[in-house]
Amino acid sequence: MAMTAAAGHAHADPHHIGVVIEHPGPASKRIVTAYGFWIFLLSDIVMFSCFFAAYAVLSGQTAGGPKGSEIFEQGNVAIETVCLLLSSFTCGMASIAADVRNRFWFYLGMTVTCVLGLIFLVIEFREFADLVARGYGPSRSAFLTAFFSLVGCHGLHVSAGVLWLLTMMAQVFAKGFRADVLRRMMCFALFWHALDIVWVGVFSVVYLLGSAA
Amino acid sequence: MLGKLDWSAIPFDQPIPLIAGGIVLVAILGVLTWVVVKGHLPYLWSEWITSVDHKRIGVMYILLASVMLLRGGSDAIMMRIQQAVAYQSQGYLPPEHYNQIFSAHGTIMIFFVAMPFVIGLMNLIVPLQLGVRDVAFPTLNSVGFWLTATGALLVNLSLVVGEFARTGWLAFPPLSELSYSPGVGVDYYAWSLQISGVGTLVAGINLVTTVLKLRTKGMNYLRMPMFCWTTLASNLLIVAAFPILTATLAMLLLDRYLGFHFFTNEAGGNVMMFMNLIWAWGHPEVYILVLPAFGIFSEVVSTFSGKALFGYRSMVLATMAICVISFMVWLHHFFTMGAGPDVNAIFGIASMIIAVPTGVKIYNWLFTMYGGRIRFATPMLWAVGFMVTFIVGGLTGVLLAVPPADFMLHNSMFLVAHFHNVIIGGVLFGAFAGFEYWFPKAFGFRLDERWGKLAFWFTFLGFFITFVPLYIAGMLGMTRRMQHYDVAAWRPWMIVAAIGMAVLTIGVICQIVQIVVSIRNREALRDRTGDPWDGRSLEWATSSPPPVFNFAFSPDVRGEDAYWDMKARAQQQSLERDRPEYQDIEMPRNSPTGFVCAFFATIMGFALIWHIWWMVILGGLGAWATFVVFAWRDHDEYVIPAGEVAAIDRVNLEERRNLVSMAGAV
Repeated sequence: MAMTAAAGHAHADPHHIGVVIEHPGPASKRIVTAYGFWIFLLSDIVMFSCFFAAYAVLSGQTAGGPKGSEIFEQGNVAIETVCLLLSSFTCGMASIAADVRNRFWFYLGMTVTCVLGLIFLVIEFREFADLVARGYGPSRSAFLTAFFSLVGCHGLHVSAGVLWLLTMMAQVFAKGFRADVLRRMMCFALFWHALDIVWVGVFSVVYLLGSAA
Repeated sequence: MLGKLDWSAIPFDQPIPLIAGGIVLVAILGVLTWVVVKGHLPYLWSEWITSVDHKRIGVMYILLASVMLLRGGSDAIMMRIQQAVAYQSQGYLPPEHYNQIFSAHGTIMIFFVAMPFVIGLMNLIVPLQLGVRDVAFPTLNSVGFWLTATGALLVNLSLVVGEFARTGWLAFPPLSELSYSPGVGVDYYAWSLQISGVGTLVAGINLVTTVLKLRTKGMNYLRMPMFCWTTLASNLLIVAAFPILTATLAMLLLDRYLGFHFFTNEAGGNVMMFMNLIWAWGHPEVYILVLPAFGIFSEVVSTFSGKALFGYRSMVLATMAICVISFMVWLHHFFTMGAGPDVNAIFGIASMIIAVPTGVKIYNWLFTMYGGRIRFATPMLWAVGFMVTFIVGGLTGVLLAVPPADFMLHNSMFLVAHFHNVIIGGVLFGAFAGFEYWFPKAFGFRLDERWGKLAFWFTFLGFFITFVPLYIAGMLGMTRRMQHYDVAAWRPWMIVAAIGMAVLTIGVICQIVQIVVSIRNREALRDRTGDPWDGRSLEWATSSPPPVFNFAFSPDVRGEDAYWDMKARAQQQSLERDRPEYQDIEMPRNSPTGFVCAFFATIMGFALIWHIWWMVILGGLGAWATFVVFAWRDHDEYVIPAGEVAAIDRVNLEERRNLVSMAGAV
């Protein structure tokens, strides 16, 4: 019964004018993984942009508390920025080392990345602790709420990144440069570089604009 | 030790939730005992719970949605009865319980019925339509499903342990802030959505990657079935919009847990920011739900009209236009909050513009039917019923998009009727159409047509008897969420609406009977062809139910309506394939990662709701450890040998050859 298909529709794509580029079929695992991870990163950046938007809305709402220019210390932020940008470079080195399967440079690159990430986190944590100690915690005003959330959200991502980094090193130690481990390394590198990009946003919108205001 | 949790969390003084909870508990224990005693546990564990097969996961999503539909439906019945009897009296529900019911009803119906239903259908069908073996990330798919189930579990837990939010389904501050909602209700709401939201995001990433990167050979973008296009659009919206929900709920939780000031009245918090953020997610959410339904209707209308979809390219364009515009209209949800005439005008016009591509779609479906050989099988009935219903909903939507009209109608029963009109008439009818249409593909036998048609007619009529009175009551000035009222003019309409609810309930019962009857008659209803409806796309090219690897050979697509073309060609060659060379197929291994991860997420969510901090840490560590263990695996694939593939495929081919020869004889 079901096979009474009308003929006449069998000729290839009547709508296509000119050359048709035939789709070659499913992409390789490496491409699929990287593509999926890119989409995750984009969605993560959408989430960050909500916190950026909240900060933009609330940055003037100091409720009698301190303004940004009164609490930001440019020196610390400069060191943080240098650490993070440099760590992106060393992460890149580690990625290259992984691609050429050089364990020594891989471990070295990852270790330096880890140390730089930790320095960044320590400075950020001390900044937060210092503010809270002075009574300028996140519940002091809506401005401080937005500040702590945006910067803290980035810090949380860096912490997760460090945890992932250590897991990656352990994986390479235990499994070697297997194809799936290399795919994960690629995702980790994308993640780490994306954190850098977000930090450039944080640095500009929060610290530079905030100090100027 | 146990945070805020003590015996007062159990509502011993409220008989309704306690009895309902008790019945559910007995039912769950009964089913579990039956499963264990009958020895089905190993089967369930290895074939379903740990399965990473997209078809199985899709079925589980739909099962979850169906169960939650009954829960959300019970809430709806309770509300309709309450409003029918609560004229100049308190009715039978105490106010705080009524408030929980309407909040839970909205939350459940959107997040745990509509979302899992459409995601389930997409999971089940899209890889088949694309001609591939699985989704891009099979294990992640399982994680996504089980996290959704965790969210649903937490919501149901709130029935017995503690309470649910009394804030409406979007938990607007400052009502949802700690000072006005000190209980755990809002926390239940926020954490269950936060956890299931992660699951949804995972599903979205997975399906976008699947559609964009995994299509079979020759499946160019403009050869993809319409359902794949709407899936793509819907999941693009998911990955763009769900992070906004995550961020918004995180802010609300920070306010509640750590005394932050995002949305508070004091210290400079901004309540309007919540409205903007939540609707920047919430409006696209409507289209996340309805776009896949549009795809289903496109498939159904074209199959049951025996014609290619009219205006395929305009349909693609309309889909992507809706995808983009849906992000530009969120402000129409608060026209009355003083944004000013310019802003209101822009968002009003943007909202009306969405009606244009939607209209294009309706006309395309009508022209597909025009001149076709239409068969009114149950899926087609749902599709035609949808067109009638959805047009009414769309028109009232355009009415609400006019800011001055909205000043009169916002927060009224008119609005309630409008969005039920589009969500039920669009999403739910689409889900049912897809359910009836693809059921034989998933299980290998068709559903009983007689009961299916009865279910359709009762639901269709019940829908109008319920919601037309609500439109009228809204015009008469009745606002939404009323626990009781004193206006005599509203009373008759509330009674008619309650009667409509009863008719709708009969529709639901018919649907349950349909499933039971069909399972009993499954031998008579068996689909041996794999193609019970004379379908047009690739999911019908394989057997029903499909083997775990979907296709013995990756199909080579030469045009739109891939399977229709193949059938036309095959008729000439009468499916002669000279001894195909079967090859080994690698498939992903089953993995308990999703289930274990959801187990820890449940513990963590529960602990967060009740402030049991040691348990939070335990749950978090468990979830992280699960992923490390998963990442440590050495073999994530197994091989199906060519001989086995050949054996499975030959049976399928044989059936089809018989059919072709039969068709030739007739």
